[in-house]
Amino acid sequence: MILLDMLTIAAMAVGLFFLTVGVVGLLRFPDVYTRMHATTKCDTLGAASVLIGLGLYSGDLFTVAKMLLIIVFIFVANPTAAHAIAKAAYLSGEKPYEGTLEDAYGGDLR
Amino acid sequence: MVAMVRRRLPEERARSMVSLAALFLFWILLSSALDPAHIAVGLAAAALVSRFSSDLLIRRDERIPSPKALLPYLSYLGHLAVEIVKANIHVARLVLDPRLPIAPSIVKFKTGLKGEVAKASLGNSITLTPGTLTIDIKGDTFYVHALTREAAEEVRAWHMEKRLKEVEDAA
Repeated sequence: MILLDMLTIAAMAVGLFFLTVGVVGLLRFPDVYTRMHATTKCDTLGAASVLIGLGLYSGDLFTVAKMLLIIVFIFVANPTAAHAIAKAAYLSGEKPYEGTLEDAYGGDLR
Repeated sequence: MVAMVRRRLPEERARSMVSLAALFLFWILLSSALDPAHIAVGLAAAALVSRFSSDLLIRRDERIPSPKALLPYLSYLGHLAVEIVKANIHVARLVLDPRLPIAPSIVKFKTGLKGEVAKASLGNSITLTPGTLTIDIKGDTFYVHALTREAAEEVRAWHMEKRLKEVEDAA
Protein backbone atom coordinates (compact mmCIF):
# COMPACT_ATOMS: atom_id res chain seq x y z
CA MET A 1 0.00 0.00 0.00
CA ILE A 2 2.98 2.27 0.61
CA LEU A 3 3.86 1.96 -3.08
CA LEU A 4 0.31 2.85 -4.14
CA ASP A 5 0.33 5.87 -1.82
CA MET A 6 3.64 7.01 -3.27
CA LEU A 7 2.32 6.69 -6.83
CA THR A 8 -0.80 8.63 -5.81
CA ILE A 9 1.27 11.45 -4.32
CA ALA A 10 3.56 11.53 -7.38
CA ALA A 11 0.62 11.70 -9.83
CA MET A 12 -1.14 14.40 -7.78
CA ALA A 13 2.08 16.43 -7.47
CA VAL A 14 2.68 16.30 -11.24
CA GLY A 15 -0.95 17.31 -11.82
CA LEU A 16 -0.79 20.23 -9.41
CA PHE A 17 2.50 21.38 -10.97
CA PHE A 18 0.97 21.53 -14.46
CA LEU A 19 -2.22 23.21 -13.20
CA THR A 20 -0.04 25.84 -11.50
CA VAL A 21 1.95 26.34 -14.71
CA GLY A 22 -1.36 26.79 -16.53
CA VAL A 23 -2.37 29.59 -14.19
CA VAL A 24 1.06 31.26 -14.39
CA GLY A 25 0.86 31.06 -18.19
CA LEU A 26 -2.63 32.54 -18.16
CA LEU A 27 -1.28 35.52 -16.21
CA ARG A 28 1.99 35.98 -18.13
CA PHE A 29 1.01 35.50 -21.78
CA PRO A 30 0.09 38.67 -23.68
CA ASP A 31 -3.16 37.93 -25.57
CA VAL A 32 -6.17 35.59 -25.79
CA TYR A 33 -4.54 33.22 -28.28
CA THR A 34 -1.30 32.67 -26.40
CA ARG A 35 -3.25 32.33 -23.15
CA MET A 36 -5.37 29.58 -24.67
CA HIS A 37 -2.15 27.57 -25.11
CA ALA A 38 -1.45 27.64 -21.39
CA THR A 39 -4.97 26.60 -20.43
CA THR A 40 -5.49 23.87 -23.05
CA LYS A 41 -2.18 22.09 -22.63
CA CYS A 42 -1.35 22.41 -18.97
CA ASP A 43 -4.92 21.93 -17.78
CA THR A 44 -5.49 18.71 -19.72
CA LEU A 45 -2.38 16.95 -18.42
CA GLY A 46 -2.82 18.55 -14.98
CA ALA A 47 -6.40 17.34 -14.60
CA ALA A 48 -5.50 13.93 -16.06
CA SER A 49 -2.68 13.43 -13.55
CA VAL A 50 -4.87 14.44 -10.60
CA LEU A 51 -7.62 12.07 -11.78
CA ILE A 52 -5.12 9.21 -12.21
CA GLY A 53 -3.93 9.94 -8.68
CA LEU A 54 -7.51 9.75 -7.38
CA GLY A 55 -8.06 6.47 -9.23
CA LEU A 56 -4.90 4.95 -7.71
CA TYR A 57 -5.92 6.19 -4.26
CA SER A 58 -9.31 4.45 -4.49
CA GLY A 59 -7.63 1.16 -5.42
CA ASP A 60 -10.85 0.11 -7.16
CA LEU A 61 -10.74 -0.97 -10.82
CA PHE A 62 -14.17 0.50 -11.63
CA THR A 63 -13.15 3.85 -10.16
CA VAL A 64 -9.96 3.82 -12.25
CA ALA A 65 -12.08 3.12 -15.35
CA LYS A 66 -14.44 5.99 -14.48
CA MET A 67 -11.48 8.33 -14.04
CA LEU A 68 -10.17 7.25 -17.46
CA LEU A 69 -13.61 8.04 -18.90
CA ILE A 70 -13.48 11.54 -17.41
CA ILE A 71 -9.96 11.98 -18.84
CA VAL A 72 -11.15 10.96 -22.30
CA PHE A 73 -14.01 13.46 -22.02
CA ILE A 74 -11.64 16.27 -20.97
CA PHE A 75 -9.29 15.41 -23.85
CA VAL A 76 -12.14 15.78 -26.34
CA ALA A 77 -13.97 18.71 -24.74
CA ASN A 78 -11.02 20.92 -23.77
CA PRO A 79 -9.46 21.47 -27.23
CA THR A 80 -12.94 21.82 -28.76
CA ALA A 81 -13.81 24.59 -26.30
CA ALA A 82 -10.40 26.24 -26.83
CA HIS A 83 -10.99 26.20 -30.58
CA ALA A 84 -14.44 27.77 -30.13
CA ILE A 85 -13.10 30.49 -27.82
CA ALA A 86 -10.14 31.33 -30.11
CA LYS A 87 -12.35 31.52 -33.22
CA ALA A 88 -15.02 33.57 -31.42
CA ALA A 89 -12.34 35.95 -30.11
CA TYR A 90 -10.92 36.42 -33.61
CA LEU A 91 -14.30 36.96 -35.26
CA SER A 92 -15.33 39.50 -32.61
CA GLY A 93 -12.26 41.59 -33.49
CA GLU A 94 -9.73 40.59 -30.83
CA LYS A 95 -6.34 41.41 -32.41
CA PRO A 96 -3.31 39.14 -31.86
CA TYR A 97 -0.67 41.10 -29.92
CA GLU A 98 2.03 43.15 -31.72
CA GLY A 99 4.75 40.49 -31.47
CA THR A 100 2.77 38.14 -33.72
CA LEU A 101 4.91 37.33 -36.76
CA GLU A 102 2.30 36.23 -39.27
CA ASP A 103 -1.48 36.21 -39.51
CA ALA A 104 -2.71 33.97 -42.32
CA TYR A 105 -6.23 33.84 -40.89
CA GLY A 106 -7.01 37.56 -40.96
CA GLY A 107 -5.94 37.78 -44.61
CA ASP A 108 -8.25 34.97 -45.68
CA LEU A 109 -11.25 36.35 -43.81
CA ARG A 110 -11.27 39.58 -45.77
CA MET B 1 -45.83 1.68 -35.50
CA VAL B 2 -44.94 1.63 -39.18
CA ALA B 3 -41.35 2.46 -38.33
CA MET B 4 -41.22 -0.38 -35.84
CA VAL B 5 -42.19 -3.14 -38.24
CA ARG B 6 -40.24 -1.77 -41.20
CA ARG B 7 -37.51 -4.18 -42.29
CA ARG B 8 -34.08 -2.93 -41.37
CA LEU B 9 -31.14 -2.66 -43.70
CA PRO B 10 -28.04 -4.67 -42.69
CA GLU B 11 -26.10 -1.43 -42.37
CA GLU B 12 -28.64 0.02 -39.97
CA ARG B 13 -28.43 -3.17 -37.96
CA ALA B 14 -24.64 -2.90 -37.76
CA ARG B 15 -24.97 0.73 -36.71
CA SER B 16 -27.31 -0.12 -33.88
CA MET B 17 -25.02 -2.99 -32.79
CA VAL B 18 -22.17 -0.49 -32.40
CA SER B 19 -24.45 1.74 -30.31
CA LEU B 20 -25.64 -1.23 -28.26
CA ALA B 21 -22.11 -2.34 -27.41
CA ALA B 22 -20.98 1.17 -26.50
CA LEU B 23 -24.06 1.94 -24.39
CA PHE B 24 -23.87 -1.36 -22.55
CA LEU B 25 -20.17 -0.87 -21.74
CA PHE B 26 -20.97 2.63 -20.51
CA TRP B 27 -23.75 1.23 -18.31
CA ILE B 28 -21.45 -1.38 -16.73
CA LEU B 29 -18.84 1.28 -16.08
CA LEU B 30 -21.26 3.65 -14.37
CA SER B 31 -23.25 1.06 -12.42
CA SER B 32 -20.01 -0.64 -11.25
CA ALA B 33 -22.09 -3.76 -10.54
CA LEU B 34 -21.81 -7.13 -12.24
CA ASP B 35 -24.81 -8.95 -10.70
CA PRO B 36 -27.42 -10.44 -13.09
CA ALA B 37 -30.10 -7.85 -12.24
CA HIS B 38 -27.92 -4.86 -13.15
CA ILE B 39 -26.66 -6.53 -16.32
CA ALA B 40 -30.18 -7.48 -17.44
CA VAL B 41 -31.56 -3.98 -16.92
CA GLY B 42 -28.56 -2.44 -18.64
CA LEU B 43 -28.79 -4.75 -21.60
CA ALA B 44 -32.52 -4.04 -21.97
CA ALA B 45 -32.02 -0.27 -21.78
CA ALA B 46 -29.11 -0.36 -24.26
CA ALA B 47 -31.13 -2.56 -26.64
CA LEU B 48 -34.14 -0.21 -26.52
CA VAL B 49 -32.11 2.94 -27.12
CA SER B 50 -30.01 1.42 -29.92
CA ARG B 51 -33.14 -0.05 -31.55
CA PHE B 52 -34.78 3.36 -31.89
CA SER B 53 -31.67 5.48 -32.36
CA SER B 54 -29.43 3.32 -34.51
CA ASP B 55 -27.56 6.42 -35.72
CA LEU B 56 -26.73 7.57 -32.19
CA LEU B 57 -22.96 7.11 -32.56
CA ILE B 58 -22.42 6.79 -36.31
CA ARG B 59 -24.44 9.15 -38.46
CA ARG B 60 -26.53 7.77 -41.31
CA ASP B 61 -24.36 9.46 -43.95
CA GLU B 62 -21.14 8.02 -42.52
CA ARG B 63 -19.60 4.65 -43.22
CA ILE B 64 -19.11 2.23 -40.36
CA PRO B 65 -15.36 2.03 -39.61
CA SER B 66 -13.92 -1.39 -40.31
CA PRO B 67 -12.29 -3.27 -37.41
CA LYS B 68 -9.03 -3.10 -39.38
CA ALA B 69 -8.82 0.58 -38.42
CA LEU B 70 -8.53 -0.34 -34.74
CA LEU B 71 -4.79 -1.09 -34.77
CA PRO B 72 -3.70 2.15 -36.51
CA TYR B 73 -6.14 4.02 -34.26
CA LEU B 74 -4.58 2.58 -31.10
CA SER B 75 -1.14 3.48 -32.47
CA TYR B 76 -2.43 7.01 -33.09
CA LEU B 77 -3.72 7.26 -29.49
CA GLY B 78 -0.40 6.01 -28.11
CA HIS B 79 1.58 8.58 -30.07
CA LEU B 80 -0.92 11.27 -29.09
CA ALA B 81 -0.34 10.52 -25.39
CA VAL B 82 3.44 10.90 -25.88
CA GLU B 83 2.92 14.15 -27.83
CA ILE B 84 0.67 15.55 -25.08
CA VAL B 85 3.31 14.97 -22.40
CA LYS B 86 5.96 16.55 -24.65
CA ALA B 87 3.64 19.51 -25.31
CA ASN B 88 3.09 20.13 -21.62
CA ILE B 89 6.80 20.14 -20.81
CA HIS B 90 7.41 22.43 -23.81
CA VAL B 91 4.75 24.97 -22.77
CA ALA B 92 5.74 24.74 -19.09
CA ARG B 93 9.31 25.66 -20.12
CA LEU B 94 8.08 28.70 -22.07
CA VAL B 95 5.78 29.84 -19.26
CA LEU B 96 8.43 29.54 -16.55
CA ASP B 97 11.24 31.11 -18.61
CA PRO B 98 11.83 34.62 -17.22
CA ARG B 99 12.36 36.03 -20.76
CA LEU B 100 9.07 34.49 -22.00
CA PRO B 101 10.60 33.54 -25.39
CA ILE B 102 7.46 33.36 -27.52
CA ALA B 103 7.09 34.33 -31.18
CA PRO B 104 3.44 33.67 -32.02
CA SER B 105 2.06 33.41 -35.54
CA ILE B 106 -1.09 32.20 -37.25
CA VAL B 107 -0.23 29.86 -40.12
CA LYS B 108 -2.36 27.88 -42.55
CA PHE B 109 -1.82 24.56 -44.24
CA LYS B 110 -3.83 22.07 -46.27
CA THR B 111 -4.63 18.56 -45.13
CA GLY B 112 -5.09 15.39 -47.17
CA LEU B 113 -7.69 14.04 -44.73
CA LYS B 114 -11.19 13.60 -46.12
CA GLY B 115 -13.60 12.66 -43.33
CA GLU B 116 -15.09 15.17 -40.93
CA VAL B 117 -14.28 13.05 -37.89
CA ALA B 118 -10.66 12.67 -39.04
CA LYS B 119 -10.33 16.43 -39.57
CA ALA B 120 -11.87 17.19 -36.18
CA SER B 121 -9.49 14.65 -34.60
CA LEU B 122 -6.51 16.33 -36.27
CA GLY B 123 -7.75 19.75 -35.08
CA ASN B 124 -8.07 18.53 -31.52
CA SER B 125 -4.69 16.74 -31.66
CA ILE B 126 -3.05 19.96 -32.86
CA THR B 127 -4.60 21.91 -30.00
CA LEU B 128 -3.46 19.34 -27.45
CA THR B 129 0.17 19.28 -28.60
CA PRO B 130 3.33 21.45 -28.67
CA GLY B 131 2.50 25.14 -28.78
CA THR B 132 -0.17 24.90 -31.46
CA LEU B 133 -3.88 25.76 -31.37
CA THR B 134 -6.41 25.20 -34.14
CA ILE B 135 -8.40 28.39 -34.72
CA ASP B 136 -10.50 27.35 -37.71
CA ILE B 137 -10.95 24.63 -40.32
CA LYS B 138 -12.39 25.69 -43.69
CA GLY B 139 -12.77 22.83 -46.15
CA ASP B 140 -9.31 21.26 -46.08
CA THR B 141 -7.44 24.35 -44.86
CA PHE B 142 -6.36 24.51 -41.23
CA TYR B 143 -5.64 27.82 -39.49
CA VAL B 144 -3.31 27.21 -36.58
CA HIS B 145 -1.99 29.60 -33.95
CA ALA B 146 1.56 28.63 -33.01
CA LEU B 147 3.38 29.81 -29.91
CA THR B 148 6.88 29.61 -31.40
CA ARG B 149 8.52 29.60 -34.83
CA GLU B 150 9.54 25.93 -34.46
CA ALA B 151 5.99 24.89 -33.55
CA ALA B 152 4.68 26.68 -36.65
CA GLU B 153 7.19 24.89 -38.89
CA GLU B 154 6.51 21.52 -37.30
CA VAL B 155 2.72 21.61 -37.61
CA ARG B 156 2.81 22.02 -41.41
CA ALA B 157 4.25 18.53 -41.95
CA TRP B 158 3.19 16.75 -38.83
CA HIS B 159 3.63 13.02 -38.39
CA MET B 160 0.31 12.71 -36.54
CA GLU B 161 -1.52 13.63 -39.74
CA LYS B 162 0.07 10.63 -41.46
CA ARG B 163 -1.15 8.40 -38.61
CA LEU B 164 -4.70 9.72 -38.95
CA LYS B 165 -4.43 9.14 -42.71
CA GLU B 166 -3.54 5.49 -42.01
CA VAL B 167 -6.61 5.18 -39.78
CA GLU B 168 -8.78 6.74 -42.48
CA ASP B 169 -7.39 4.46 -45.21
CA ALA B 170 -7.94 1.34 -43.11
CA ALA B 171 -11.49 2.28 -42.16
